[in-house]
Amino acid sequence: MLEIINLNKSFNEHKVLDNVNLKIERGSTCVIIGRSGCGKSVLLKHIVGLLKPDSGKIFIDSKDVTNLDEKEWDKLRMRIGLVFQGGALFDSLTVGENVTFGLMEHQRMSSKELLERAEEALSLVGLCGIENLMPSELSGGMKKRVALARAICTKPEIILYDEPTTGVDPITADGINELIKTLHDKLKVTSVVVTHDMKSAYKIADKIAMLYQGKIIAEGKPENIQNTQHPVVHQFINGLAKGPITEALECFK
Amino acid sequence: MLNNLFIGIGKKTFALLYFLGGLSNLVFHSFYWLFVPPFKKERFFEQAKKTGVDSLPIVSLIGLFIGVILAFQTAYLMQRLGSEIYIASIVALSLVRELGPVITSLVVAGRVGAAITAEIGSMQVTEQIDALETLATNPIKYLVVPRFLALSLMLPILTLYADLIGILGGYLVCVYKLGISSSLYLSITFDALLYKDLFTGLLKTVFFGMIIAFVGCYEGFNVEGGAEGVGRATMRSVVITFILIIAADSFFAALFYFIFP
Repeated sequence: MLEIINLNKSFNEHKVLDNVNLKIERGSTCVIIGRSGCGKSVLLKHIVGLLKPDSGKIFIDSKDVTNLDEKEWDKLRMRIGLVFQGGALFDSLTVGENVTFGLMEHQRMSSKELLERAEEALSLVGLCGIENLMPSELSGGMKKRVALARAICTKPEIILYDEPTTGVDPITADGINELIKTLHDKLKVTSVVVTHDMKSAYKIADKIAMLYQGKIIAEGKPENIQNTQHPVVHQFINGLAKGPITEALECFK
Repeated sequence: MLNNLFIGIGKKTFALLYFLGGLSNLVFHSFYWLFVPPFKKERFFEQAKKTGVDSLPIVSLIGLFIGVILAFQTAYLMQRLGSEIYIASIVALSLVRELGPVITSLVVAGRVGAAITAEIGSMQVTEQIDALETLATNPIKYLVVPRFLALSLMLPILTLYADLIGILGGYLVCVYKLGISSSLYLSITFDALLYKDLFTGLLKTVFFGMIIAFVGCYEGFNVEGGAEGVGRATMRSVVITFILIIAADSFFAALFYFIFP
Protein backbone atom coordinates (compact mmCIF):
# COMPACT_ATOMS: atom_id res chain seq x y z
CA MET A 1 0.00 0.00 0.00
CA LEU A 2 1.08 3.52 -0.80
CA GLU A 3 0.11 6.35 1.51
CA ILE A 4 0.89 10.04 1.17
CA ILE A 5 0.24 12.20 4.21
CA ASN A 6 0.22 16.01 4.33
CA LEU A 7 2.84 16.36 1.63
CA ASN A 8 4.09 19.90 0.98
CA LYS A 9 6.56 21.11 -1.61
CA SER A 10 7.49 24.58 -2.82
CA PHE A 11 9.87 25.78 -5.52
CA ASN A 12 11.10 29.37 -5.07
CA GLU A 13 8.16 30.23 -2.80
CA HIS A 14 5.71 28.84 -5.33
CA LYS A 15 3.71 26.19 -3.56
CA VAL A 16 3.37 23.19 -5.87
CA LEU A 17 2.01 20.60 -3.45
CA ASP A 18 -0.17 21.84 -0.63
CA ASN A 19 -1.05 19.26 2.03
CA VAL A 20 -1.60 16.39 -0.36
CA ASN A 21 -3.18 13.27 1.14
CA LEU A 22 -3.69 10.12 -0.90
CA LYS A 23 -4.06 6.43 -0.20
CA ILE A 24 -3.51 3.81 -2.89
CA GLU A 25 -4.35 0.19 -2.16
CA ARG A 26 -1.93 -2.58 -3.07
CA GLY A 27 -2.59 -3.97 -6.52
CA SER A 28 -4.90 -1.12 -7.56
CA THR A 29 -4.53 1.51 -10.26
CA CYS A 30 -4.85 5.12 -9.20
CA VAL A 31 -5.04 7.82 -11.86
CA ILE A 32 -4.08 11.35 -10.90
CA ILE A 33 -5.56 13.95 -13.21
CA GLY A 34 -4.97 17.67 -13.39
CA ARG A 35 -3.90 20.44 -15.74
CA SER A 36 -0.37 20.57 -17.10
CA GLY A 37 2.02 22.05 -14.58
CA CYS A 38 -0.23 21.45 -11.57
CA GLY A 39 2.35 19.30 -9.79
CA LYS A 40 1.42 15.79 -10.89
CA SER A 41 4.92 14.85 -12.00
CA VAL A 42 6.34 16.44 -8.84
CA LEU A 43 4.12 14.13 -6.81
CA LEU A 44 5.42 11.08 -8.72
CA LYS A 45 9.01 12.16 -8.19
CA HIS A 46 8.38 12.29 -4.46
CA ILE A 47 7.12 8.70 -4.44
CA VAL A 48 10.35 7.45 -6.02
CA GLY A 49 12.56 9.73 -3.90
CA LEU A 50 13.86 11.99 -6.68
CA LEU A 51 12.52 14.97 -4.75
CA LYS A 52 12.41 15.45 -1.00
CA PRO A 53 9.27 16.95 0.52
CA ASP A 54 9.39 20.19 2.54
CA SER A 55 7.13 18.47 5.03
CA GLY A 56 4.81 15.47 5.15
CA LYS A 57 5.36 11.74 4.88
CA ILE A 58 5.15 8.95 2.35
CA PHE A 59 4.58 5.36 3.44
CA ILE A 60 5.24 2.40 1.19
CA ASP A 61 3.95 -0.85 2.70
CA SER A 62 3.66 0.93 6.07
CA LYS A 63 7.32 1.96 5.97
CA ASP A 64 8.10 5.65 6.18
CA VAL A 65 10.33 6.38 3.20
CA THR A 66 10.72 10.12 3.65
CA ASN A 67 14.01 9.95 5.51
CA LEU A 68 15.67 6.92 3.92
CA ASP A 69 19.36 7.20 3.05
CA GLU A 70 20.59 6.59 -0.49
CA LYS A 71 21.37 2.91 0.07
CA GLU A 72 17.92 2.13 1.40
CA TRP A 73 16.36 4.14 -1.42
CA ASP A 74 18.31 2.15 -3.99
CA LYS A 75 16.97 -1.08 -2.52
CA LEU A 76 13.45 0.28 -2.57
CA ARG A 77 13.82 1.66 -6.10
CA MET A 78 14.43 -1.84 -7.41
CA ARG A 79 10.80 -2.50 -6.40
CA ILE A 80 9.48 0.64 -8.12
CA GLY A 81 9.43 1.37 -11.84
CA LEU A 82 8.97 4.88 -13.21
CA VAL A 83 7.99 5.50 -16.81
CA PHE A 84 9.08 9.01 -17.73
CA GLN A 85 6.99 11.34 -19.84
CA GLY A 86 9.56 11.60 -22.63
CA GLY A 87 10.83 8.05 -22.16
CA ALA A 88 14.21 9.20 -20.79
CA LEU A 89 15.94 6.33 -22.58
CA PHE A 90 19.74 6.41 -22.36
CA ASP A 91 20.69 7.44 -25.86
CA SER A 92 24.22 6.06 -25.67
CA LEU A 93 22.90 2.52 -25.09
CA THR A 94 20.97 0.16 -27.35
CA VAL A 95 17.32 -0.65 -26.72
CA GLY A 96 18.32 -4.01 -25.22
CA GLU A 97 20.83 -2.42 -22.86
CA ASN A 98 18.28 0.21 -21.89
CA VAL A 99 15.65 -2.38 -21.03
CA THR A 100 18.00 -4.54 -18.94
CA PHE A 101 19.88 -1.60 -17.39
CA GLY A 102 18.58 -2.23 -13.85
CA LEU A 103 19.48 -5.93 -14.06
CA MET A 104 22.93 -5.30 -15.53
CA GLU A 105 23.74 -2.89 -12.73
CA HIS A 106 22.46 -4.87 -9.81
CA GLN A 107 22.26 -8.56 -10.60
CA ARG A 108 24.83 -10.97 -11.85
CA MET A 109 23.31 -12.38 -14.98
CA SER A 110 24.82 -13.91 -18.07
CA SER A 111 24.33 -12.06 -21.34
CA LYS A 112 22.02 -14.88 -22.46
CA GLU A 113 19.76 -14.40 -19.44
CA LEU A 114 19.81 -10.63 -19.96
CA LEU A 115 18.79 -11.05 -23.59
CA GLU A 116 15.94 -13.34 -22.56
CA ARG A 117 14.71 -10.83 -20.01
CA ALA A 118 14.94 -8.01 -22.56
CA GLU A 119 12.96 -10.05 -25.09
CA GLU A 120 10.38 -10.95 -22.47
CA ALA A 121 9.88 -7.33 -21.37
CA LEU A 122 9.77 -6.05 -24.94
CA SER A 123 7.26 -8.69 -26.01
CA LEU A 124 5.02 -7.63 -23.09
CA VAL A 125 4.88 -4.14 -24.62
CA GLY A 126 4.32 -5.59 -28.09
CA LEU A 127 7.77 -5.08 -29.56
CA CYS A 128 10.29 -7.57 -30.84
CA GLY A 129 13.56 -7.69 -32.72
CA ILE A 130 14.60 -4.15 -31.84
CA GLU A 131 17.17 -4.98 -29.11
CA ASN A 132 20.08 -3.74 -31.18
CA LEU A 133 18.54 -0.45 -32.36
CA MET A 134 19.52 2.85 -30.75
CA PRO A 135 16.77 4.97 -29.12
CA SER A 136 17.27 7.69 -31.75
CA GLU A 137 16.06 5.22 -34.39
CA LEU A 138 12.69 4.72 -32.68
CA SER A 139 9.43 6.62 -33.12
CA GLY A 140 7.86 8.49 -30.18
CA GLY A 141 5.35 5.75 -29.45
CA MET A 142 8.02 3.05 -29.57
CA LYS A 143 10.20 5.05 -27.18
CA LYS A 144 7.34 5.18 -24.69
CA ARG A 145 6.86 1.44 -24.95
CA VAL A 146 10.58 0.74 -24.56
CA ALA A 147 10.56 2.99 -21.49
CA LEU A 148 7.69 0.92 -20.16
CA ALA A 149 9.62 -2.28 -20.90
CA ARG A 150 12.60 -0.88 -18.97
CA ALA A 151 10.36 -0.12 -16.00
CA ILE A 152 8.83 -3.61 -15.90
CA CYS A 153 12.04 -5.53 -16.62
CA THR A 154 13.08 -5.62 -12.95
CA LYS A 155 9.58 -6.95 -12.10
CA PRO A 156 8.61 -4.10 -9.77
CA GLU A 157 5.66 -4.13 -7.39
CA ILE A 158 4.80 -0.49 -8.02
CA ILE A 159 4.86 1.20 -11.42
CA LEU A 160 4.52 4.95 -11.79
CA TYR A 161 3.53 6.32 -15.19
CA ASP A 162 4.09 9.96 -16.13
CA GLU A 163 1.62 10.77 -18.90
CA PRO A 164 2.01 7.45 -20.72
CA THR A 165 -0.42 8.31 -23.53
CA THR A 166 0.61 11.92 -24.22
CA GLY A 167 2.07 12.51 -27.67
CA VAL A 168 1.27 9.11 -29.17
CA ASP A 169 -1.39 8.27 -31.76
CA PRO A 170 -4.80 7.11 -30.46
CA ILE A 171 -4.20 3.48 -31.40
CA THR A 172 -0.84 3.30 -29.61
CA ALA A 173 -2.43 5.16 -26.70
CA ASP A 174 -5.10 2.50 -26.40
CA GLY A 175 -2.41 -0.16 -26.68
CA ILE A 176 -0.62 1.41 -23.72
CA ASN A 177 -3.89 1.50 -21.77
CA GLU A 178 -4.43 -2.19 -22.47
CA LEU A 179 -0.91 -2.88 -21.32
CA ILE A 180 -1.36 -1.05 -18.04
CA LYS A 181 -4.53 -3.05 -17.49
CA THR A 182 -2.78 -6.31 -18.31
CA LEU A 183 0.05 -5.59 -15.90
CA HIS A 184 -2.51 -4.75 -13.26
CA ASP A 185 -4.55 -7.90 -13.88
CA LYS A 186 -1.71 -10.37 -14.46
CA LEU A 187 1.16 -9.18 -12.30
CA LYS A 188 -0.95 -7.45 -9.62
CA VAL A 189 1.26 -4.39 -9.65
CA THR A 190 0.21 -1.21 -7.92
CA SER A 191 0.03 1.54 -10.53
CA VAL A 192 -0.02 5.29 -10.21
CA VAL A 193 -0.78 6.99 -13.51
CA VAL A 194 -0.49 10.72 -14.01
CA THR A 195 -2.41 11.92 -17.04
CA HIS A 196 -4.81 14.46 -18.46
CA ASP A 197 -6.17 12.00 -21.00
CA MET A 198 -9.66 11.32 -19.60
CA LYS A 199 -10.40 8.45 -21.96
CA SER A 200 -7.36 6.64 -20.66
CA ALA A 201 -8.23 7.52 -17.07
CA TYR A 202 -11.72 6.00 -17.29
CA LYS A 203 -10.38 2.89 -18.94
CA ILE A 204 -7.63 1.95 -16.50
CA ALA A 205 -8.50 3.51 -13.14
CA ASP A 206 -9.73 1.82 -9.99
CA LYS A 207 -9.63 5.27 -8.48
CA ILE A 208 -9.26 8.78 -9.90
CA ALA A 209 -7.90 11.72 -7.91
CA MET A 210 -7.79 15.27 -9.19
CA LEU A 211 -4.94 17.59 -8.29
CA TYR A 212 -5.76 21.29 -8.52
CA GLN A 213 -3.72 24.18 -7.14
CA GLY A 214 -1.55 21.74 -5.21
CA LYS A 215 -4.42 19.98 -3.46
CA ILE A 216 -6.38 16.80 -4.10
CA ILE A 217 -9.81 18.31 -4.64
CA ALA A 218 -11.69 15.14 -5.51
CA GLU A 219 -11.12 11.41 -5.45
CA GLY A 220 -13.29 8.43 -6.10
CA LYS A 221 -14.25 5.66 -8.47
CA PRO A 222 -14.27 6.59 -12.18
CA GLU A 223 -18.10 6.56 -12.35
CA ASN A 224 -18.34 8.86 -9.31
CA ILE A 225 -15.86 11.29 -10.85
CA GLN A 226 -17.71 11.14 -14.15
CA ASN A 227 -20.96 12.18 -12.47
CA THR A 228 -19.44 14.74 -10.13
CA GLN A 229 -21.14 18.00 -9.27
CA HIS A 230 -17.84 19.66 -8.31
CA PRO A 231 -17.57 22.61 -10.76
CA VAL A 232 -13.76 22.43 -11.16
CA VAL A 233 -13.70 18.67 -11.73
CA HIS A 234 -16.72 18.91 -14.03
CA GLN A 235 -15.00 21.54 -16.16
CA PHE A 236 -11.77 19.54 -16.34
CA ILE A 237 -13.16 16.12 -17.21
CA ASN A 238 -15.45 17.58 -19.86
CA GLY A 239 -12.71 19.79 -21.27
CA LEU A 240 -14.70 23.04 -21.14
CA ALA A 241 -12.97 26.31 -21.97
CA LYS A 242 -15.21 28.29 -19.63
CA GLY A 243 -15.52 27.56 -15.95
CA PRO A 244 -13.94 28.11 -12.53
CA ILE A 245 -10.43 26.96 -13.62
CA THR A 246 -10.03 29.53 -16.41
CA GLU A 247 -11.67 32.22 -14.30
CA ALA A 248 -9.24 31.55 -11.48
CA LEU A 249 -6.38 31.86 -13.96
CA GLU A 250 -7.65 35.21 -15.23
CA CYS A 251 -7.87 36.50 -11.66
CA PHE A 252 -4.32 35.31 -11.13
CA LYS A 253 -3.12 37.49 -14.03
CA MET B 1 23.89 53.56 -8.16
CA LEU B 2 26.42 52.62 -5.48
CA ASN B 3 23.80 50.40 -3.96
CA ASN B 4 23.41 48.48 -7.23
CA LEU B 5 27.16 48.07 -7.45
CA PHE B 6 27.28 46.44 -4.03
CA ILE B 7 24.28 44.24 -4.83
CA GLY B 8 26.03 43.20 -8.04
CA ILE B 9 29.27 42.37 -6.23
CA GLY B 10 27.33 40.50 -3.55
CA LYS B 11 25.44 38.44 -6.12
CA LYS B 12 28.63 37.55 -7.98
CA THR B 13 30.34 36.58 -4.73
CA PHE B 14 27.45 34.31 -3.76
CA ALA B 15 27.43 32.77 -7.23
CA LEU B 16 31.17 32.08 -6.96
CA LEU B 17 30.84 30.56 -3.48
CA TYR B 18 27.89 28.47 -4.66
CA PHE B 19 29.95 27.22 -7.62
CA LEU B 20 32.97 26.38 -5.45
CA GLY B 21 30.76 24.65 -2.88
CA GLY B 22 29.00 22.60 -5.53
CA LEU B 23 32.24 21.68 -7.25
CA SER B 24 33.91 20.60 -3.98
CA ASN B 25 30.87 18.53 -3.15
CA LEU B 26 31.11 16.79 -6.53
CA VAL B 27 34.86 16.15 -6.05
CA PHE B 28 34.25 14.70 -2.58
CA HIS B 29 31.47 12.39 -3.75
CA SER B 30 33.45 11.29 -6.82
CA PHE B 31 36.37 10.16 -4.66
CA TYR B 32 33.93 8.41 -2.33
CA TRP B 33 32.21 6.54 -5.19
CA LEU B 34 35.57 5.72 -6.73
CA PHE B 35 36.13 3.22 -3.92
CA VAL B 36 32.60 1.79 -3.71
CA PRO B 37 32.14 -1.51 -5.60
CA PRO B 38 31.11 -2.77 -8.11
CA PHE B 39 33.94 -1.58 -10.35
CA LYS B 40 33.14 -1.63 -14.04
CA LYS B 41 36.30 -1.52 -16.12
CA GLU B 42 34.46 -1.24 -19.44
CA ARG B 43 33.13 2.22 -18.63
CA PHE B 44 36.65 3.44 -17.84
CA PHE B 45 38.06 1.96 -21.05
CA GLU B 46 35.29 3.51 -23.10
CA GLN B 47 36.03 6.95 -21.66
CA ALA B 48 39.80 6.41 -21.95
CA LYS B 49 39.30 5.75 -25.64
CA LYS B 50 37.09 8.81 -26.09
CA THR B 51 39.46 11.15 -24.24
CA GLY B 52 42.80 9.59 -25.11
CA VAL B 53 42.89 7.65 -28.34
CA ASP B 54 40.36 9.84 -30.12
CA SER B 55 42.30 12.99 -29.18
CA LEU B 56 45.53 11.73 -30.78
CA PRO B 57 45.04 13.33 -34.23
CA ILE B 58 44.41 16.85 -32.97
CA VAL B 59 47.12 16.58 -30.30
CA SER B 60 49.59 15.40 -32.97
CA LEU B 61 48.74 18.26 -35.28
CA ILE B 62 48.93 20.96 -32.63
CA GLY B 63 52.03 19.45 -30.98
CA LEU B 64 53.87 19.41 -34.30
CA PHE B 65 52.91 23.00 -35.14
CA ILE B 66 53.89 24.26 -31.70
CA GLY B 67 57.31 22.61 -32.08
CA VAL B 68 57.79 24.17 -35.51
CA ILE B 69 56.67 27.64 -34.36
CA LEU B 70 58.81 27.47 -31.25
CA ALA B 71 61.90 26.51 -33.26
CA PHE B 72 61.43 29.37 -35.74
CA GLN B 73 60.76 31.97 -33.04
CA THR B 74 63.74 30.87 -30.98
CA ALA B 75 65.92 30.79 -34.09
CA TYR B 76 65.05 34.45 -34.73
CA LEU B 77 66.83 35.50 -31.53
CA MET B 78 69.49 32.79 -31.40
CA GLN B 79 70.74 33.52 -34.92
CA ARG B 80 71.28 37.15 -33.94
CA LEU B 81 73.32 35.96 -30.95
CA GLY B 82 75.06 33.39 -33.09
CA SER B 83 74.07 30.49 -30.83
CA GLU B 84 71.64 28.38 -32.90
CA ILE B 85 72.79 25.35 -31.02
CA TYR B 86 70.66 26.37 -28.03
CA ILE B 87 67.45 26.20 -30.04
CA ALA B 88 67.24 22.48 -29.30
CA SER B 89 67.44 22.91 -25.54
CA ILE B 90 65.02 25.85 -25.47
CA VAL B 91 62.46 23.97 -27.58
CA ALA B 92 62.78 20.86 -25.43
CA LEU B 93 62.57 22.66 -22.10
CA SER B 94 59.68 24.97 -22.99
CA LEU B 95 57.73 22.07 -24.47
CA VAL B 96 58.26 19.58 -21.67
CA ARG B 97 57.95 21.99 -18.76
CA GLU B 98 55.19 24.27 -19.98
CA LEU B 99 53.79 24.31 -23.49
CA GLY B 100 53.21 20.57 -23.86
CA PRO B 101 51.16 20.21 -20.66
CA VAL B 102 49.19 23.45 -21.00
CA ILE B 103 48.43 23.32 -24.71
CA THR B 104 47.45 19.65 -24.55
CA SER B 105 45.21 20.34 -21.57
CA LEU B 106 43.53 23.28 -23.28
CA VAL B 107 42.97 21.26 -26.45
CA VAL B 108 41.50 18.38 -24.45
CA ALA B 109 39.40 20.83 -22.40
CA GLY B 110 37.91 22.23 -25.60
CA ARG B 111 37.38 18.84 -27.17
CA VAL B 112 36.50 16.53 -24.29
CA GLY B 113 35.36 18.93 -21.55
CA ALA B 114 32.81 20.54 -23.84
CA ALA B 115 31.56 17.12 -24.95
CA ILE B 116 31.15 16.00 -21.33
CA THR B 117 29.07 19.06 -20.43
CA ALA B 118 26.93 18.79 -23.56
CA GLU B 119 26.33 15.06 -23.04
CA ILE B 120 25.51 15.22 -19.32
CA GLY B 121 23.54 18.43 -19.86
CA SER B 122 21.36 16.79 -22.52
CA MET B 123 20.89 13.82 -20.21
CA GLN B 124 19.78 16.23 -17.50
CA VAL B 125 17.18 18.03 -19.62
CA THR B 126 15.75 14.78 -20.99
CA GLU B 127 15.44 13.32 -17.46
CA GLN B 128 18.02 10.59 -18.13
CA ILE B 129 19.84 11.49 -14.91
CA ASP B 130 16.59 11.01 -12.98
CA ALA B 131 16.08 7.74 -14.86
CA LEU B 132 19.51 6.55 -13.65
CA GLU B 133 18.49 7.23 -10.07
CA THR B 134 15.16 5.44 -10.42
CA LEU B 135 17.13 2.42 -11.67
CA ALA B 136 19.09 2.56 -8.39
CA THR B 137 22.26 3.80 -10.08
CA ASN B 138 24.21 6.71 -8.68
CA PRO B 139 24.84 9.26 -11.46
CA ILE B 140 28.21 10.26 -9.96
CA LYS B 141 29.42 6.67 -9.91
CA TYR B 142 28.06 5.97 -13.38
CA LEU B 143 28.97 9.21 -15.16
CA VAL B 144 31.61 11.17 -13.25
CA VAL B 145 33.98 8.50 -11.88
CA PRO B 146 34.94 6.91 -15.24
CA ARG B 147 35.37 10.33 -16.85
CA PHE B 148 37.59 11.76 -14.15
CA LEU B 149 39.70 8.61 -13.96
CA ALA B 150 40.09 8.51 -17.72
CA LEU B 151 41.00 12.18 -17.99
CA SER B 152 43.50 12.20 -15.14
CA LEU B 153 45.25 9.11 -16.52
CA MET B 154 45.07 9.86 -20.24
CA LEU B 155 46.07 13.51 -20.10
CA PRO B 156 49.64 12.81 -18.87
CA ILE B 157 50.03 10.18 -21.61
CA LEU B 158 48.73 12.58 -24.25
CA THR B 159 51.07 15.27 -22.92
CA LEU B 160 54.09 12.99 -23.14
CA TYR B 161 53.10 12.20 -26.70
CA ALA B 162 52.64 15.92 -27.52
CA ASP B 163 56.09 16.65 -26.03
CA LEU B 164 57.69 14.09 -28.34
CA ILE B 165 55.82 15.30 -31.41
CA GLY B 166 56.72 18.91 -30.56
CA ILE B 167 60.40 18.00 -30.27
CA LEU B 168 60.05 16.30 -33.65
CA GLY B 169 58.66 19.59 -35.06
CA GLY B 170 61.65 21.50 -33.71
CA TYR B 171 63.96 18.81 -35.09
CA LEU B 172 62.48 19.14 -38.59
CA VAL B 173 63.00 22.91 -38.60
CA CYS B 174 66.52 22.80 -37.19
CA VAL B 175 67.82 19.88 -39.23
CA TYR B 176 66.18 20.58 -42.59
CA LYS B 177 66.00 24.37 -42.52
CA LEU B 178 68.74 25.67 -40.24
CA GLY B 179 71.32 23.03 -41.03
CA ILE B 180 72.02 21.71 -37.56
CA SER B 181 73.13 18.09 -37.59
CA SER B 182 70.62 15.50 -36.54
CA SER B 183 72.77 13.79 -33.91
CA LEU B 184 73.81 17.11 -32.37
CA TYR B 185 70.18 18.27 -32.13
CA LEU B 186 69.13 15.07 -30.36
CA SER B 187 72.04 14.96 -27.97
CA ILE B 188 71.51 18.61 -26.94
CA THR B 189 67.79 17.98 -26.47
CA PHE B 190 68.33 15.02 -24.16
CA ASP B 191 71.18 16.70 -22.30
CA ALA B 192 68.98 19.70 -21.56
CA LEU B 193 66.10 17.65 -20.16
CA LEU B 194 66.19 16.47 -16.57
CA TYR B 195 63.82 13.94 -15.03
CA LYS B 196 62.32 16.65 -12.85
CA ASP B 197 61.33 18.63 -15.96
CA LEU B 198 59.41 15.69 -17.29
CA PHE B 199 57.98 14.79 -13.90
CA THR B 200 56.69 18.26 -13.04
CA GLY B 201 55.29 18.70 -16.54
CA LEU B 202 53.34 15.45 -16.38
CA LEU B 203 52.28 15.66 -12.73
CA LYS B 204 50.35 18.87 -13.21
CA THR B 205 48.36 17.41 -16.09
CA VAL B 206 46.88 14.86 -13.67
CA PHE B 207 45.28 17.82 -11.90
CA PHE B 208 44.36 19.56 -15.15
CA GLY B 209 42.57 16.36 -16.18
CA MET B 210 40.57 16.42 -12.94
CA ILE B 211 39.69 20.09 -13.51
CA ILE B 212 38.38 19.30 -17.01
CA ALA B 213 36.33 16.32 -15.78
CA PHE B 214 34.86 17.89 -12.65
CA VAL B 215 33.98 21.26 -14.17
CA GLY B 216 32.56 19.54 -17.27
CA CYS B 217 30.39 17.21 -15.20
CA TYR B 218 29.35 19.89 -12.70
CA GLU B 219 28.18 22.26 -15.42
CA GLY B 220 26.37 19.40 -17.15
CA PHE B 221 24.48 18.40 -14.01
CA ASN B 222 23.43 22.01 -13.42
CA VAL B 223 21.94 22.68 -16.84
CA GLU B 224 18.59 24.42 -16.73
CA GLY B 225 16.28 25.33 -19.56
CA GLY B 226 16.58 22.97 -22.52
CA ALA B 227 18.81 23.30 -25.56
CA GLU B 228 19.75 26.91 -24.85
CA GLY B 229 20.77 25.90 -21.34
CA VAL B 230 22.99 23.12 -22.68
CA GLY B 231 24.72 25.61 -24.98
CA ARG B 232 25.24 28.10 -22.19
CA ALA B 233 26.57 25.45 -19.81
CA THR B 234 29.00 24.12 -22.43
CA MET B 235 30.39 27.60 -23.00
CA ARG B 236 30.68 28.23 -19.26
CA SER B 237 32.36 24.86 -18.79
CA VAL B 238 35.06 25.59 -21.38
CA VAL B 239 35.67 29.14 -20.12
CA ILE B 240 35.88 28.08 -16.46
CA THR B 241 38.14 25.13 -17.30
CA PHE B 242 40.53 27.38 -19.27
CA ILE B 243 40.71 29.88 -16.40
CA LEU B 244 41.24 27.19 -13.78
CA ILE B 245 43.91 25.39 -15.83
CA ILE B 246 45.90 28.60 -16.34
CA ALA B 247 45.47 29.56 -12.68
CA ALA B 248 46.51 26.10 -11.50
CA ASP B 249 49.46 26.19 -13.88
CA SER B 250 50.79 29.43 -12.43
CA PHE B 251 50.37 27.92 -8.97
CA PHE B 252 52.35 24.82 -10.00
CA ALA B 253 55.00 26.97 -11.68
CA ALA B 254 55.59 28.77 -8.38
CA LEU B 255 55.34 25.59 -6.32
CA PHE B 256 57.82 23.59 -8.43
CA TYR B 257 60.16 26.58 -8.59
CA PHE B 258 60.58 26.33 -4.83
CA ILE B 259 60.31 22.53 -4.40
CA PHE B 260 62.59 21.58 -7.30
CA PRO B 261 64.88 24.60 -7.69
